[in-house]
Amino acid sequence: MAEAAICAGCRAYFGYPITPQTELLEYMAAHMPAAGGAFVQAESEVAAINMCYGASAAGVRTMTSSSSPGISLKMEGISYLAAADLPCVIINVARGGPGLGNIAPAQGDYFQATKGGGHGDYRMIVLGPASIAEAVELVMLAFDLADKYRVPAMVLSDGMLGQMMEPVVLPEHISLDSLPGRPWALTGARGRGPNAVTSFAMDPVDLSRINTERQGRYRQIEENEVRYRETETSDATIIVVAYGTVARIARTTVKMARSQGIKLGLVQPITLWPFPYAPLRALSSRVSTILTVEMSAGQMVEDVRLAVADRADTPFYGELGGLVPTPKDILREVMHNVR
Amino acid sequence: MSVNMDNMVKVFERPRSLTDAQFSYCPGCHHGVVARIIAQTIDELGIQERAVIVASVGCSVSMYEWFRCDGAQAAHGRASAVATGIKRVNPNLIVFTYQGDGDLAAIGTAESIHAANRGENITVIFINNQIYGMTGGQMAPTTLVGQWATSCPDGRDAELAGYPIRFAEMIAQLNAPVYVTRQALYDQKRIMAASRAIKKAFQCQVEGKGYSLVEMLTNCPTNWRMSPVETNSRLMNEVVKTFPLGDLVDRV
Repeated sequence: MAEAAICAGCRAYFGYPITPQTELLEYMAAHMPAAGGAFVQAESEVAAINMCYGASAAGVRTMTSSSSPGISLKMEGISYLAAADLPCVIINVARGGPGLGNIAPAQGDYFQATKGGGHGDYRMIVLGPASIAEAVELVMLAFDLADKYRVPAMVLSDGMLGQMMEPVVLPEHISLDSLPGRPWALTGARGRGPNAVTSFAMDPVDLSRINTERQGRYRQIEENEVRYRETETSDATIIVVAYGTVARIARTTVKMARSQGIKLGLVQPITLWPFPYAPLRALSSRVSTILTVEMSAGQMVEDVRLAVADRADTPFYGELGGLVPTPKDILREVMHNVR
Repeated sequence: MSVNMDNMVKVFERPRSLTDAQFSYCPGCHHGVVARIIAQTIDELGIQERAVIVASVGCSVSMYEWFRCDGAQAAHGRASAVATGIKRVNPNLIVFTYQGDGDLAAIGTAESIHAANRGENITVIFINNQIYGMTGGQMAPTTLVGQWATSCPDGRDAELAGYPIRFAEMIAQLNAPVYVTRQALYDQKRIMAASRAIKKAFQCQVEGKGYSLVEMLTNCPTNWRMSPVETNSRLMNEVVKTFPLGDLVDRV
């Protein structure tokens, strides 16, 4: 993910050690200076996200990464990034929570990532990779979308992906000259009026206008950027919805179920915000059951139920505390729900 | 008497780096004096096209609107981290923060100390008026022992709230900062000295020498509930006993 960021033209990284994402920080320490970029090991997650605010304001593709407790500390900064219309990529290698929790893979940060987390009316693009190859692709996409819409974007992975080794073909480094211009950046008021990067608007009329414009960009994102993957859904009578690591595990469950004659399909939301409500709504009228599986007590399932309403049954299966479901565990839950 | 303007030489004018916007400070407040000194410094060093202001949360929150320079507004306490981000990706910019005592020495203590400790090549202007101004006069980390504030209605009690933090002395212990000084504005002589200090601090950065901090003892007539003249007397006679003036580090 670190190398993918450098390929994507990221030239500023600020981070703080926390398991299970510290390898990302270490990789950046070794490689970002060689790429001609800025690297600082910050004194805290709070400082790191605010360094991102500065570097992005100065016009450079910028990233930070952390794991769940550290992401909580970044939430103030993410709200400010959103409010100042600054692109920035944040990687969460999520672990068991709440509190210090543990360092095992978990998906308990879905609400925090997709529903706000920080204060105020803002949104953040959230992408959920299920493999290292997807992580590379989605880190690069996160930079492009963040720039395109001037919003922060998060790659929500987990401790499984963070600690995994698998072969991946890295893309070519993109040319920095090919990146979109940032006429709003703080580059010095030379030959133009001063630029300001701010989240402050004292007059309610001004703040309302600014927020309304931003909400318009959010609507465009919802319209244009929904991404998801369907596996064996065309003839399915039951569907599993899962993202990230769980989606990858559930792909095996689909094969196992099919070999037993169960018409199981899988929907993997790739954009967790914007969530693929419409495709799920469409599917819900032709299947009996949509089972959501997460490594949490049930967070994404709320979005699934919003999409499905009462058109199909929407049971939930979750593992807590950093436990990871096996393909068989998921199959067992599927069998419970097959009529 | 008629005056022939052709023979007049302008010896004092509004700095070119300031816009026409009005400051939002209360009458008699020292903030405006510091803003003017900074603008004058930017003019004298010819760095208006390279200067980037990092404004903090407090009375100076919209400071970037008063300068013909690029500017960012930082979250409360985080100005030195934001300045670090800007300067690290574009070292050609002249980046300075402008922070009050609550911002720099309470909520932003970690960011402030570590930026100094890394020796970031930035300039920090630290406004120490011993009170939270914008929120209406609460106790600051710099409030003097015994000083009244709305959140210490019997005066600051050292048993409960500790002692005023001498931030300049704290960072003077570090190896990296190249120029750390405490200045005041209570009379003309002090204003001239403060102007020289601010210019020196910016000069440090222009020459790539490293981190500089100017702590400025200032007033808050509104929340001290004093006339501006009384605030100057208090600074001169009382506040300087806790916060002695002068250079603490000069490795320039």
